[in-house]
Amino acid sequence: MAVQYLAANRFGLGRRFDDPAIDDPKAWLTRQIGDYDPAPAALAGLAGRDAIAAAYVEYRDERQAKRREAAAMPMNAEEKGMDPELRRMLRSAIRRHYVDASAARLSAAVATSTPFPERLVHFWANHFAVSADKQTVVGFAGNYENAAIRPHIMGKFSDLLISAAHHPAMLLYLDQAQSFGPDSPFATRVRNRGKRQAPGLNENLAREILELHTLGVRTGYTQSDVTAFAKALTGLTVAGLGRGAGQRLMPADARPGETVFIDRLHQPGAQTILGKRYDDVGAGQADAVLRDLAVHPATAKHIAAKLARHFTGDVPPAALVDRLSADFLKTGGDLRSLYRTLVASPEPWAEAPAMFKSPWDWTVSMLRALKAPALGERQNIAAMFTQLGQPVWRPGSPAGYDDKVATWAGSAALMQRVELASRIAGRIGDRADARVLAPLVLADALTPETRQAIARADSPGQGIAMLFASPAFLRR
Amino acid sequence: MILSRRSIILSGITVAAAGALPRFAYAAAGTPKRLVFIIQRGAADGLGVVAPTGDPAFAAARRALADESAGGAKLDGMFTLHPALAATAGLYTGKQAHFAHAVATGYRDRSHFDGQNMLEGGGSRPYGRDDGWVGRLLTLLPAAERDAIAIAPAVPLALRGTVQVGTYAPSRLPQADADLIARLTALYQDDPLLHPLWESAVKTQELASDIGGNNGRNGADLGKLAASLMLPADGARVMMVETGGWDTHSGQRGRLAAQLRGLDQLVGALQTGLGPAWNDTLVIVATEFGRTVEVNGTGGTDHGTASTAMLLGGGLHEGGKVSADWPGLGAAARYEGRDLKPTRSLESVIAAAVAHHYALDPKRVMTTLYPDA
Repeated sequence: MAVQYLAANRFGLGRRFDDPAIDDPKAWLTRQIGDYDPAPAALAGLAGRDAIAAAYVEYRDERQAKRREAAAMPMNAEEKGMDPELRRMLRSAIRRHYVDASAARLSAAVATSTPFPERLVHFWANHFAVSADKQTVVGFAGNYENAAIRPHIMGKFSDLLISAAHHPAMLLYLDQAQSFGPDSPFATRVRNRGKRQAPGLNENLAREILELHTLGVRTGYTQSDVTAFAKALTGLTVAGLGRGAGQRLMPADARPGETVFIDRLHQPGAQTILGKRYDDVGAGQADAVLRDLAVHPATAKHIAAKLARHFTGDVPPAALVDRLSADFLKTGGDLRSLYRTLVASPEPWAEAPAMFKSPWDWTVSMLRALKAPALGERQNIAAMFTQLGQPVWRPGSPAGYDDKVATWAGSAALMQRVELASRIAGRIGDRADARVLAPLVLADALTPETRQAIARADSPGQGIAMLFASPAFLRR
Repeated sequence: MILSRRSIILSGITVAAAGALPRFAYAAAGTPKRLVFIIQRGAADGLGVVAPTGDPAFAAARRALADESAGGAKLDGMFTLHPALAATAGLYTGKQAHFAHAVATGYRDRSHFDGQNMLEGGGSRPYGRDDGWVGRLLTLLPAAERDAIAIAPAVPLALRGTVQVGTYAPSRLPQADADLIARLTALYQDDPLLHPLWESAVKTQELASDIGGNNGRNGADLGKLAASLMLPADGARVMMVETGGWDTHSGQRGRLAAQLRGLDQLVGALQTGLGPAWNDTLVIVATEFGRTVEVNGTGGTDHGTASTAMLLGGGLHEGGKVSADWPGLGAAARYEGRDLKPTRSLESVIAAAVAHHYALDPKRVMTTLYPDA
């Protein structure tokens, strides 16, 4: 069994050129659980929530002003909308945050000495996926992972769930920021004025929490559970970024981009979800639902199956899923215990079946292997992963990226990897010797065929390309 | 620092004083000189490129590959040029091509990595130097002739040194060459997931890859690009062009022909693109080592020792000539019983050509380019 390669790649992010050999894989992984740093140095320079929100507010205000201007001067109808140049500029200010955070995410992954927790950060960010398709989400995507996911991956699942559900990126992405209690004081007042359609409920976040984040699809919850949960969630919104009249209700001291609970938007009354009655205690009502969902047996099974798949293959062994699920239930969703059980289990240490590395995994492991900088200083990291078919924080759906071999193992994708490996190899040239690197990077997964193919390469660069395109290195 | 004639006049030095300066001080006079180093990575088969058809042992040793040179230009009583090198044959007729045969660097083992390191670094052992012979040559050239560039994503070892060197890697030049693709095909052969994926990827991949691809037109594109970078008044004066795909362990007949067709078009496009400047241009084509005299079981040749180097350009010392202290191909004449025996050092061929081209002191060129020799 290639336990060293599996430890470094299935659990970690690939061996770094300066990593010592992994003598005791299980101890190496368990130690990382304790050594995890939720705020790695590579992320220190990133803009905070305020700056990101300000970039969006400026963009939105400018767009609105132009629209008003255009409406006031119908003669000028063809100049409707924002000056394209200005729009591009403001958009690029938002995008700057996304591009910077993407690059920092890669730097953190390449530099980390705790690659197992770092992989878990990526796993959970994909489990609680937001997608940078919406202009409101683009700037916040990185902040979401760093502020809402990272601090909680070593705690209780319930805290991670609540943290994810409360972050502005999630509230904006799944429309919670625009969801108002149909009988909330605010909606009632608007309705009584009879001037326009009363604001109402948006079930998006409630449904996705049940279907994707906790219980899992078709696990017995009903439409009335979704509606009741959506009502419980009302009041939870984002200050300064949302649209519509609700913005007037924001507390005076709320900063744009801050998650707030507004009583006047909240649906009054008790809600019954999965047969349990939740009294109306304001913000605490939804949190109580979330805490119960977080320890539900269906959630335990759902999380266990996803985690097991990520560390084995497309069809996770039932024994592993059951063991993880039992651990989850026993500890009330203690994530550290879950990771320890995973590491101690025999199933993830079987070579087959194996996962095919995602473009992210593959690129990170390649960069970790090389001492010399493999990418140009001006390389746009976000654009590179878009080209490789896995744009950072943009899976296009709240379900996140699918975690299956077939998701990433495509013929064009394979050729793209070979081309990127080739380009990087060209840049590295003879500054790395694949014959020396292969036993270090592939460790006990280095086959005689790959060793020989690398030794027979017609140039140092070709040797590097062959190493990164080798069957073992493409998998984890 | 090297003084050009202009700077001597400006600094008020008398003609008599200038006369005391070494001859190379005048190198900057006239048209700027240009130098192109084309490296053939993967060990090009010198016996296939410039075939010693007059050697009595040739036909028997080369068996099925003996007629690779059929239809090629007769260079003299001994040698025939590969027929794919049609434009190069024209240069030879016009005394603008010179082939140095049975040449090798000081390297005597058969690793591509080590061999290329020696060819580029110019040291006396692999990984003995972290700068290259072209990089060191730049220190001998006047400022106006020192602008160097590599058509590569990073500066190759040959160009590294104290003088800043540029690189240019157009994204339209595909990065995965046909040779790498072929090697990966072999590596994926028994992989149930990768084999079918790769097969379909290769099928859809337009093999517009290395210089041999696209019926040689890739070579022409590369030559055009090289000329466009070197022609302008403020353009590059020294250039390195990388070519791969020379490691013909199997199916050499078609592969070598395709490679040489690409190289021929590269040189042709370079000559056309440079126009009159071609007359002050020296092109050096060299590989890390040669290939076995005998053909192997898969219609190819394996790693050998001596090969052939090409010198091309408008102002060659001995254009229209094949220079060789020919060792012969008989079993007893071979190096270790299998390879063409090196009878002349590639380093001395390069140093002599460079010294003549730039009118520099040959001894000084040799000690600068190959200080460990």
